[in-house]
Amino acid sequence: MVTLKINEHEVKVAEGTTILSAAKTLGINIPTLCNHPDLCVAGNCRVCVVEQKGARTLVASCATPVSEGMEIQTNSLKVRNARKHIVELLLSEHRADCTKCYKNQNCELQTLANEYSFGEHIFLDLVEDHNYVIDRSSPAFIKDDSKCIRCQRCVRTCAQLQHVSAIAVSHKGSEMKISSFHDRPMSHVVCTNCGQCVNRCPTGALTEKTYIDQVWDAIYDNDKHVVVQTAPAVRVALGEDLGYDPGERVTGKLVTALRQLGFDSVLDTDFTADLTIIEEGTELLTRLKKVLVEGDKTLALPMFTSCSPGWIKFIEHKYPHMLPNLSTCKSPQQMFGALAKTFYAKKRNLDPANVVSVSIMPCTAKKYEADRPEMRSSGYKDIDYVLTTRELAVMIKQAGIDFRTLEEGHYDSVMGVSTGAGVIFGATGGVMEAALRTAYEIVTGRPVPFKNLNIMPVRGMEGVREATIKIEGTMEEWRFLEGVELKVAIAHGLVNANKIAKAVSQGKAQYHFIEIMACPGGCLGGGGQPIPTNADIRQKRMEAIYAEDMHMDLRKSHDNPEVTAIYQEFLEKPNGHKAHELLHTHYTERESY
Amino acid sequence: MKNKGLTKVDLIFETVDVRKVMQKAFEMTSEEIIQQVLESGLKGRGGAGFPTGLKWKYTAAEKDPDKYIVCNADEGEPGTFKDREILDKVAPKVYAGMAIAGKAMGARKGFIYLRGEYRFLLPQLFVELHKFHKMIAEIGYDFNIEYRMGSGAYICGEESALFESIEGRRGEPRNKPPYPTTSGLFSKPTSINNVETLVTAMMIIEKGPLEYVKLGTKDSRGSKVFSISGDTPIPGIFELELGMTVQQFVNEFGDGDTKAVQVGGASGFCVPRKKFADTIIGFEGVPTGGSMKLFNSSRSMYNVLHNYLEFFTEESCGQCTPCRVGCQQLFKGIEKVKKGEAKSTYLNELVKLADTMKVASKCGLGQSVGNAFKSIVENFREEIIY
Repeated sequence: MVTLKINEHEVKVAEGTTILSAAKTLGINIPTLCNHPDLCVAGNCRVCVVEQKGARTLVASCATPVSEGMEIQTNSLKVRNARKHIVELLLSEHRADCTKCYKNQNCELQTLANEYSFGEHIFLDLVEDHNYVIDRSSPAFIKDDSKCIRCQRCVRTCAQLQHVSAIAVSHKGSEMKISSFHDRPMSHVVCTNCGQCVNRCPTGALTEKTYIDQVWDAIYDNDKHVVVQTAPAVRVALGEDLGYDPGERVTGKLVTALRQLGFDSVLDTDFTADLTIIEEGTELLTRLKKVLVEGDKTLALPMFTSCSPGWIKFIEHKYPHMLPNLSTCKSPQQMFGALAKTFYAKKRNLDPANVVSVSIMPCTAKKYEADRPEMRSSGYKDIDYVLTTRELAVMIKQAGIDFRTLEEGHYDSVMGVSTGAGVIFGATGGVMEAALRTAYEIVTGRPVPFKNLNIMPVRGMEGVREATIKIEGTMEEWRFLEGVELKVAIAHGLVNANKIAKAVSQGKAQYHFIEIMACPGGCLGGGGQPIPTNADIRQKRMEAIYAEDMHMDLRKSHDNPEVTAIYQEFLEKPNGHKAHELLHTHYTERESY
Repeated sequence: MKNKGLTKVDLIFETVDVRKVMQKAFEMTSEEIIQQVLESGLKGRGGAGFPTGLKWKYTAAEKDPDKYIVCNADEGEPGTFKDREILDKVAPKVYAGMAIAGKAMGARKGFIYLRGEYRFLLPQLFVELHKFHKMIAEIGYDFNIEYRMGSGAYICGEESALFESIEGRRGEPRNKPPYPTTSGLFSKPTSINNVETLVTAMMIIEKGPLEYVKLGTKDSRGSKVFSISGDTPIPGIFELELGMTVQQFVNEFGDGDTKAVQVGGASGFCVPRKKFADTIIGFEGVPTGGSMKLFNSSRSMYNVLHNYLEFFTEESCGQCTPCRVGCQQLFKGIEKVKKGEAKSTYLNELVKLADTMKVASKCGLGQSVGNAFKSIVENFREEIIY
């Protein structure tokens, strides 16, 4: 333990603690910008400088570890002057058109400016001296360099959490900027569109590409029938943008709000999540049989999940030789889209040309996924618009809806019934758990041998997790699996996905089935979720997801009556011809550099 | 004021039997070598002036079996060209300094980070390095030196940015602590020394510290190689004993019309004529890594400052706010004042900004931009405004 004084208060903290954290234990708040709890220390914005007795210069409290006998002042004249200057300097290179900015009122620079820089600006405006460009090339997000304050949170996110490094620092001095490979547009670089950078950008330099106006236009168009689907992770996070604490489940209010916004039908991605389990579970069991029993060399094991479009783009760029290992199942969003303009339209007696399909997703990569040329199996663009959780919150505010007073609504039918297995898709390990609940029962005729169906070994926040499930007492058809130890692995965050993919690629890992989610925590930590994000917030969202699961009457995908019905009425059988046509896809090898 | 006057010295370029020195050092213990360097009072010759003996002592005290000696030959300070001359003329003495440092600290590996523009020196340097390796192996040293090339960024002369560059990353300074002596190159204990420092240390071992402390003053022991340029009839490289005043320096090197001397390059201080007699060149007065630029009355100090600020605006790594944006503000700011588009009192705001840059920047680059800015604005304010 180390004893030091901060603003004359003595405090004892563990060795290696930063001055910033030590101050926090005393309830002393030091402003920060480049610092982010998910990322390594940068110490480059200098907003958090404090005065250390005896030191030649001020020190960055986020980057300086405490030492015995240290005496710190966090609010001395010297500190205040420097901090005001730093905020003013940042503002001088930032296009501060706040009222036009998407991040207005959720901007860390704006908050600091409110505290330190009211009145006339001291310094010259440097924005016009730079030839800033706004990169709108990506379907998922917009990169506006004129709002960038070079804190490099995005750079660290992309490298440290996602192992992608689509963006990095280029040039130096006044020309220093956050750039892509050879300054290419973001649509033409190795970027997964995961949006984790967007989640951590303190200003409006990185924002999702919004489709709010297009969705309003569709809603107001009387010729259009607008269906909306909501992803599982949205219901445990939307509240954060509407004044609730993290971890609040707002499913019923979410449904009512969507109805009040004017959507013609409010449906649930969880339904196609259940459908995904049937398709993907069947695919896995079929692959196991063909590879293990029949010795089929054309099929690859282990099988990777394919729900996360960030992960899909990652493997297409980085491990294209392993594309055969990916499940051919579309993501629940895209399964929903394909069915909305076929099965649903038919059922509701609608011309699919007049159906507008909107999805509310915790994700920016879903915007890219919806634009993929493969995603038109209905004959139309299967999903017309993807909105993030954040965009939906904006729409709810625009409509003047008092969210707190809304009644609990229920999803419409068809394609609105779901099970707990569909809900847990929103958490890392959830797809695995849902798949096991179903596959185990198909093979053995009995539920998974875990209390309350909760398969605890696959849950948690550890980056890479492994579990083994022994299959015993198999039914006749699945006798070949008798006594087999089904080996599964789970990874979330692409840096962890890369660890597993690399191990599989090098033949160092013996798994049957692997779940990968591109974002930390799974979809609940997605790039479209409310800002800010940190481990604590993600943990609360995860707890809410599992609470939602426990709360459901049905907990297993194969128990979903609408799923059973859709096979009888429309899809014929799992992995059947029609299912393949609508619910499965293929992948594309992409460049890497 | 008492001072040492101007005395030319021949220590750095003196011809010595390097093998003999290496033999002598080989027979000394690590503690003896470090003790001698400590007693000599030698301070880093790159400009910052950290006591070399202490740096070596700290590095030697680290337990890690892998340590590095890095020679900083990324000579980038405007107006400095002495390291090039040292490497060109007495490279074996540089290598010897590194090997002795290696022995003192228990390091077996050394890197020389050479300024990109000095690439033309390499063929000859390699020939001499090959001979040197052979010679010290015969004596019994286990030490090896490799070259790494810079690519033209001024910031890579900053020690931790230099490490980043050698490690294959963008040259950006690191947070300190940890300092290089505990976690430097490849996160290993590292002693990074300027070219001239290493040669001086080697000469201290050769002559003994008692001989060395006869030169210089209490705060600035020994002699120093100066790179002299600007309005002088005799530009070039001169080794002088430390402790002279700027006046004595100008008497020797000036053209009779010297109005200011920029001591220490763009990151150093500007000394105006009225302060020549009272200012000692050294750590008790104006420290310098060797750059001495003389300006006569035909020069506009606005242009001088403008040139320095343009340099810093380009050469800041851009990582931290005070340096990246502060340099641009100072640069654009004096332009506005000169053109009459900003009030002359705006200079006062800029001086305050320079103070912030000094205390809040991440590394020595941003921290020293204010030196030239303030000393020129304070002494030549009318030239900046009118």
